[in-house]
Amino acid sequence: MSLNDWILALHLLSAFAYVAATIMFWVMVAAAWGCERPSEVLAVFRLNPVATVSVAIGGLGTITFGIWLAISLPAYHPWDGWVIAAIVLWAIAGGAGQRAGTEFDKARTRAQELTGQSDEPSSELAGLVRSRRGLLLHGASTTAMVLILIDMIWKPGA
Amino acid sequence: MPDVLGSVRPDSWDFPLFLHVGGAMIAVGGLLAGGTALAVAGTSVRVLRCGFWSLLAVALPGVIVMRIGAQWIYNREGFDASPSNPTWLGIGFITADAGIALLFIALVVGAFGVRRLSRGSGTGLLRVSMVLSFVTLAAYLVTVWAMGAKPG
Repeated sequence: MSLNDWILALHLLSAFAYVAATIMFWVMVAAAWGCERPSEVLAVFRLNPVATVSVAIGGLGTITFGIWLAISLPAYHPWDGWVIAAIVLWAIAGGAGQRAGTEFDKARTRAQELTGQSDEPSSELAGLVRSRRGLLLHGASTTAMVLILIDMIWKPGA
Repeated sequence: MPDVLGSVRPDSWDFPLFLHVGGAMIAVGGLLAGGTALAVAGTSVRVLRCGFWSLLAVALPGVIVMRIGAQWIYNREGFDASPSNPTWLGIGFITADAGIALLFIALVVGAFGVRRLSRGSGTGLLRVSMVLSFVTLAAYLVTVWAMGAKPG
């Protein structure tokens, strides 16, 4: 196995980690959807550390090993159109995903504040876990990831 | 993932490959989410159910799509007409099919676990389901490495 084989394997594993994290965030959104009590919201957010680590590994790994491959493999170059498209989509996916996280984190913060007082249902909390802005941003991030996969496989212009 | 993402291949291979890789990514995501939810749920019935449903509604469809895509591209690349398969392909078949069996067992055990949960019984069966989902996840990560690095 050559170094490029290893880099490609690490690039793929990073991509899987990135998508897995995105799916985990969707699962968290779905699980928290009907939550009104602070304890329920905080229970769902127990998944958050694993998803956060996965998205960090995936985000950094895909771009690092991806650019490395584009430089290392003679058939491709970092300035190829499909490579640039992938980098732009990666930035969109990361930016939108990070903002979605900030939106949904408001629910966790509020749940932590409320849990010190009581565990009564809160309509405000229910609204925060169903954040429309958060959903749209996470949807945009997911769409960008699907487009990256399409770009990586079809390689338009290559 | 025959003939890696990093190379140019005939256009007719692209869609099967997309199904194969996309399905595998969904499967890995469902396994990670399901296993983690079952691991961190504690006494939260909502999170335990969420773990089981992640395996059933996310990982299982992903695995099915991945396996269909795998067979499709295997045939497209002409490996079905070849007398022997490369090592990396053998690893892929073994881990993918063993993973499907493990996931199926995890789902059956988990379904009984969720039923017991409704009756207020313990979470032991869901713990078994969690272990099986992490074992399956580990097998699939080895597969991803083999598909990329192509040992042998």
